Amino acid sequence: MIEIVASERCIACDRCIDVCPTRVFDRGPDGVPVIARHSNCQTCFQCEAYCPTDALFVAPLATPAPANSEFRDAAGLATAGVLGSYRRELGWGRGRALGARTAVGPDYPG
Amino acid sequence: MTNTEAIETLRTDVLVIGGGPAGTWAAIKAAQAGVDVVLADKGYTGASGATASVGTGIWYVEDVPELREAAMASREALGGHLAERDWMARVLDETHARMRELGEVQRYPFPVDTNGQPIRDDLQGPEYMRRQRTRVQRLGVRILDHTPALELLVDDDGVVSGAVALDRASGRTVRIEAGAVVLAAGGCAFQSKTLGCDVDTGDGALMAVEAGAVLSGMEFSSAYAIAPMGTSLTKTAYYSWASFYRADQTVLEGAANYGGRSVIAKTLLSEPVFARLDRATKAERVAMRRGQPNFFLVFDRLGIDPFTDFFEITLLAEGTVRGTGGVRIADSSCGTDVPGLYAAGDTATRELICGGFTGGGSHNAAWAASSGSWAGQGAARFAIGRGRPGAELRPVGGAGLRPTGTVDVGHRDVVAEVQRQVLPYELNYLRHGDRLTPALKSLHDTWSEVRAGLGAAGEDVFRAREAAAMVAHGRWMYHAALARTESRGMHKRADFPAQDPEQRRRLLTGGLDDLWSRPESAATVLVGGHAA
Repeated sequence: MIEIVASERCIACDRCIDVCPTRVFDRGPDGVPVIARHSNCQTCFQCEAYCPTDALFVAPLATPAPANSEFRDAAGLATAGVLGSYRRELGWGRGRALGARTAVGPDYPG
Repeated sequence: MTNTEAIETLRTDVLVIGGGPAGTWAAIKAAQAGVDVVLADKGYTGASGATASVGTGIWYVEDVPELREAAMASREALGGHLAERDWMARVLDETHARMRELGEVQRYPFPVDTNGQPIRDDLQGPEYMRRQRTRVQRLGVRILDHTPALELLVDDDGVVSGAVALDRASGRTVRIEAGAVVLAAGGCAFQSKTLGCDVDTGDGALMAVEAGAVLSGMEFSSAYAIAPMGTSLTKTAYYSWASFYRADQTVLEGAANYGGRSVIAKTLLSEPVFARLDRATKAERVAMRRGQPNFFLVFDRLGIDPFTDFFEITLLAEGTVRGTGGVRIADSSCGTDVPGLYAAGDTATRELICGGFTGGGSHNAAWAASSGSWAGQGAARFAIGRGRPGAELRPVGGAGLRPTGTVDVGHRDVVAEVQRQVLPYELNYLRHGDRLTPALKSLHDTWSEVRAGLGAAGEDVFRAREAAAMVAHGRWMYHAALARTESRGMHKRADFPAQDPEQRRRLLTGGLDDLWSRPESAATVLVGGHAA
């Protein structure tokens, strides 16, 4: 589920508010999105893929992460290079090669 | 729905409901036919549904007779011989053309082989769907995001003439009058948390049946996907390289991704099951990471190396998303049994190309692109021939919208009750009449409560409607499952374990308060003049 909106990275572009299929976000008073309906999150990673500044983090769990979870530690995730890792794999973002161009899996076992 | 003051009315030629692959292809082909198109999605066209969040194989076969023959023959027995060669052949043709178009016009970056030829049998969901959205926009289609359709509109002759939808952000009702409607609203996965499918609640089937359509193959709705415990990662292809284990790390005999998934289900009833992708070579492991990066995204974040670590798994219900049942297709342009109404993608039955079984996304993906394109063209032709509908249109939605009594049922309770009857393996996967009968009875009771007392206001209107659609879907599934007294395709009955040659025909199901199922008669499906 979505766990982090890193406000210092956010440019208030509203992309995540638009693309989220289940309307998890509302625009906060300062323009930074807030997680208004956490339980709506279907852990589909779309918001993270569309965030142009890698300000969002979707934890791999389909239920909320506990308060002391590493999945709620924005600084730790940024240091570990995890923020933006999905977008990097997709090759979305200026100057990156699209991942789809090289997405060739192995032949399936007979 | 009582809030008539908040109604905004749009008028168009073709309304497409659902913005996944089927809906976007429908919008593209209708717009290319020269008509005005509105595309409404419950979430966001480009990010919603089963495809946008995944990578999917697609049933794309090079135009070589031997390869096509092998592709068609390979799945006929698995599907219980309910598919049709005519439909398979035209889906292969159409998929070939659409994937070429996707590369050349949408500029989808297909990988290339060592000869520089594009490899078009696999799609990365986010990349595919964002390009579909851009194409739809460039063709001048009006896109309505976060606007779930609630019910269809029909004219005095029963011709489908648009829909009423809800703008979730404003809470306003939008009335969209149209010359024809394409339902491409996905299947139903009962909000089991299968990847990207919380929006797939069977709304299309409910709206279609309320307008007079019938369903086909609803018994083929027992698909379950493997996922690491606690996640939404229902991408199963790579489990072809998995071994399955008990908690003590002994091998779970008979368990397999294909042909042994029911062993996993049976075991999960009493103990945890673990997997490890330990049958992949080093080279295959590298290729897998390249092929499906979002599969590894979840493992990486969990700190699990799926090739060397044992990880606990579960099975999540995929209902009619990976099942093959849906709205019956009555003609070659994906028209339904109701004039003005077309069905595409997972909303429609996919039995025509894969019978009662689909192992993965590839047939569904090919069907979505093909049926969407045909439905868009068919709807455009119908709308041109008919003209815009008159002013006297009637909304046909019932359950969840217009309770017959006092509102005393909440949508969350209804969803929880449906899930209790359709998610458990011992009910829906490992089917037996002794268990299906009481489950169906319970769903009937829930339906009666929904009819009488489920309603909502504001944004929750569509939540109530989703809950009603899921109850209806579960009832159609189990009614059909009880009517097919044999095992065929994915539908396995423990009390009827054998395939019965007498039941080698598709099964139609319908009705709202009183359900019915009956065999499809031999001459009812026509393709290019050939009776099925």
